Amino acid sequence: MHITKDLVAASATPLVLGILAEGESYGYAILKQVNELSGGHLEWTDGLLYPLLHRLERLGHVEATWHTPIEGRRRKYYRITEQGLGELAEQRRQWAAVVETLRGVWNAGAALRPIPAPNWGVTG
Amino acid sequence: MTVDSNSDLEQQIAEWRAYMRRRRELHQTDAEELEDHLRDRITELTSAGLHPDEAFLIAVKRMGSLDELSREFAREHSERLWKQLVLTGDDAATASTGKRRDLLIMIAFAAAAALAIKAPALFGVDMTDDDSGFYLRNMGLFALAPLAAYFAWRRGLKPGLIAVLAGLFALGAVAVNAYPMGMDTQTIVLSTIHLPIALWLVVGVAYTGGEWRSDRRRMDFIRFTGEWLIYFVLIALGGGVLTAFTVNIFSAIGIDAETFVGTWLVPCGAMAAIVVAAWLVEAKQSVIENMAPVLTRVFTPLFTVTLLVLLGAIAWTTNGIDVQRDVLIIFDLLLVVVLGLVLYSISARDPAAPPGVFDKLQLALVVAALLIDVLVLAAITGRITEFGFTANKTAALGENLVLLANLAWSAWLLLGFVRGRLPFGRMEHWQTRYLAVYAAWAWVVLLVFPPLFRFA
Repeated sequence: MHITKDLVAASATPLVLGILAEGESYGYAILKQVNELSGGHLEWTDGLLYPLLHRLERLGHVEATWHTPIEGRRRKYYRITEQGLGELAEQRRQWAAVVETLRGVWNAGAALRPIPAPNWGVTG
Repeated sequence: MTVDSNSDLEQQIAEWRAYMRRRRELHQTDAEELEDHLRDRITELTSAGLHPDEAFLIAVKRMGSLDELSREFAREHSERLWKQLVLTGDDAATASTGKRRDLLIMIAFAAAAALAIKAPALFGVDMTDDDSGFYLRNMGLFALAPLAAYFAWRRGLKPGLIAVLAGLFALGAVAVNAYPMGMDTQTIVLSTIHLPIALWLVVGVAYTGGEWRSDRRRMDFIRFTGEWLIYFVLIALGGGVLTAFTVNIFSAIGIDAETFVGTWLVPCGAMAAIVVAAWLVEAKQSVIENMAPVLTRVFTPLFTVTLLVLLGAIAWTTNGIDVQRDVLIIFDLLLVVVLGLVLYSISARDPAAPPGVFDKLQLALVVAALLIDVLVLAAITGRITEFGFTANKTAALGENLVLLANLAWSAWLLLGFVRGRLPFGRMEHWQTRYLAVYAAWAWVVLLVFPPLFRFA
């Protein structure tokens, strides 16, 4: 299954914030987690995660720090902020509303009838 | 994984890193973050059994195209394009120490330029009183000697060439100071105007690093001239705002800053700005390269329309050009601006590109300018036959003839180019060769005119 670009873009922010809400993480790990959670259906262009992370950082939703292990290369970690948690809650509400609406449509199925167009100005 | 394939991989990653560094949208830290990602991906793929080569290819592919990546980074970090103006360079890490040194040396030259204009004050030649004429006629020297010195240092000129350039500056100094010209004579005004022109072309020799015979280097210098002008005007605008604030803020607390502004801030700032603008052109080439073609493309049509309307109005009213001196000067300036537009769009143009609408527009501009030049020449000749030769009128006549020759041949070459008969390179060659004519004329006015017209 291929998920369209628009849907991927729209879901990117809540996904990243949601993953970071679980704990501090870094780019590659976030990407792996997205991949696992979506069962491989959500395909991101790896590099494009970083401009998104930088945008969240600029908006103040996440904080970034460089960690340098004793052995190995340094790595940039991202942590969600209070404000980011607020944004995540807001996004969740919005997505819940969207999902709820869609569920209504899917479940109604055959029972859903098109609403007949009103007869404007037609006098019997 | 063998040691061999490991070093291969390292080399591939190094190449990829170098490729990323060339993108100014990507900062050092971004590149580092992306590289970290790339390495994680490669490790994962190789541990799944892939050969390092294949793993590298897939990891790079998954990273996304570098164009798209830089675009996204640029969109997110649009401020960087401006920060780059002074803070960081193309390849930040390796060249940063060299850049810092360049910056410091530029500041030293700019400071020297700022101090040099105050040096005569030590000998009692003050800006405020009757000596202002001294500063006026030596302005070209004060402004351009530090710039020439800066380029002599930057290009590492040979001592012989430096001596020649210094000699030319000395000659210019002698011409404006040693001739017994009164401050209200025509010849001193002409000398004051022509000294900066003559010396600017001397700066050009320093700019080209001694390769002043080469067409390409001359074209670089023309491009530099335009870009330098843009930077200088930008700095001047900022300086104007600073000056206005300084005067008003200090007058609000009852201190009169106008003398300080007039005798220190403005002259020293302007002299320093000349060097700073030159440094900016060199250090930040690509920023302005985007601006200059836009400017020429905006103003070429506007000037073409203006000139055509002017010609139409002259034909309609059958008014010749009024032969008042100040009016003629306006027309001379107009022609110089047109020539500047032509030169600059040539310098910004890709010589290999086929002729387009813009070239036709430029041809129209040149032809219109040519017609106006003929009208101006007619007016000047009329005035000379009526009142005889004076320094001003002779200089105006010569300038118009110099411009006429250039415009006429340019029109011919442009016509040939638009009709697909001549390569664009001919136009470039003509304009770069012609620089020598400007230089010769400027020096003639500077050196020959004063004695010729008996210092009147």
